[in-house]
Amino acid sequence: MVSKKKKKLTPVMQEYQTLAKNREPSKFAFNKLCRAFLVGGIICLLGQIIQQLFISLGGFSVKEAGSPTVGVLVLISVILTSLGVYDKIAQWAGAGTAVPVTGFANAMASAAIEYRRDGIVLGMGGSIFKVAGPVIVFGTVAAFAVGIAYVIFDPNIVGG
Amino acid sequence: MLKGHQSWVFENKPSIVSVATTVGPFEGQGPLADDFDIVHSELYLGQDSWEKAEKAFLEEAAKMAIQHAGLTEGQIQFHFGGDLMNQIVSSSFAARTLTIPYLGLFGACSTSMESLALAAYVVNSGGAKHTLAATCSHNASVEKQFRYPTEYGSQKPPTAQFTVTGAGAAVVGQEGNGPYITSATIGRVVDMGITDPFNMGAAMAPAAVDTIEAHFRDLQIEPGYYDLIVTGDLSKVGYEIACDLFKKHNVPMEQTTYSDCGMMIYDYKTQNVQAGASGCACSAVVTYGHLLNRMRRGELNRILVVATGALLSPLTYQQNESIPGIAHAVSIEREK
Repeated sequence: MVSKKKKKLTPVMQEYQTLAKNREPSKFAFNKLCRAFLVGGIICLLGQIIQQLFISLGGFSVKEAGSPTVGVLVLISVILTSLGVYDKIAQWAGAGTAVPVTGFANAMASAAIEYRRDGIVLGMGGSIFKVAGPVIVFGTVAAFAVGIAYVIFDPNIVGG
Repeated sequence: MLKGHQSWVFENKPSIVSVATTVGPFEGQGPLADDFDIVHSELYLGQDSWEKAEKAFLEEAAKMAIQHAGLTEGQIQFHFGGDLMNQIVSSSFAARTLTIPYLGLFGACSTSMESLALAAYVVNSGGAKHTLAATCSHNASVEKQFRYPTEYGSQKPPTAQFTVTGAGAAVVGQEGNGPYITSATIGRVVDMGITDPFNMGAAMAPAAVDTIEAHFRDLQIEPGYYDLIVTGDLSKVGYEIACDLFKKHNVPMEQTTYSDCGMMIYDYKTQNVQAGASGCACSAVVTYGHLLNRMRRGELNRILVVATGALLSPLTYQQNESIPGIAHAVSIEREK
């Protein structure tokens, strides 16, 4: 793909891109990895604590406690988004806040807030999935593919 | 008039009669805060959307510039302006309020000098007694249109730039005590195949260098003619690339001071802006606020402002197009 792209460039352009690349600060940084690991870990730990509270105080089973735990994490994320704090944490944490369910909640909530002023139906309704939409579309496609693979390779299902 | 291939020399020396700048709270925390006429404490200006707020910034700056000149809207013949929004709505809607005959321009962030060059050209040729050049940008409306919702938590790479919230306006007239607009060079569109919309400095730097070299060639002068040459919003990455290109092309930039507006408006240490600033308002408020103040204090006699623009849209990026850059240069001098 890269070589195909490069072919279209003239020698002058290629020379410039090499020059420009030298001046581009590296996107990769070890401290970024550490931050993402730390914040992602903290969010998971928080989720674990909430789940334990549901089990020990609310009388939920381990399986039942899953959904309300996700609900609480989503709620925290939406509150932080509406207070304008989440994006600041995310700039520091990177993937640490983007990968957990809180990132998905932030994507939905931020779009809802942003497009609310363009109208409830066409604005918020039409654009709420602007950022999160691709995740749902390709999440569904991936789940379908995994489901097919499961049917093919799981002897119990095929046998049954 | 036309000198060389793509430059205008203004022999009647149109004067910048008055200027006005208005900025948002984040710019007010930066090192140039004292140079702006109004620093707002919030981003909305009492409006209910980012786009309306952007328009309000522009209206305020334009009205203030006209007031500073001791004129009324009726005494300005033409209004040149543009912004970054789709269909340049901020500018056109502000023109609806101002009711001055209006020419809307789009040169992305280069619109600040594009409008000033045209405003000066019309005054110089006797087409108007007074003209208005005004541009604006708003961080949140640009984020919403070009990137993600403002509250979305995405991590910006170190090459990203922070769009300036604010507006700058200048009234250009046949008579005045200066500073004077002496020449302008209109740039061509240069595309070196950069595709990363988070690295616009690299996309615009070749255009800036092209226009600056054309300016020297057309006017048959050397960089040393100017006390200061500034590019609009190349920021750290683009600025370093431009310096490399000047060296490679043997342009003796060491004769003068070369700087970039995108590196002046924010404090890198305390304000988390990655590579620096961008936006129509970046070069507009730095030039009309900070640089003209320095000229009035006598610290600078001749400056060349080269506003740079990245002519992309979110669609062209999604369709894998590269980012074309453009730059327009305007020379401002303290004495006739």
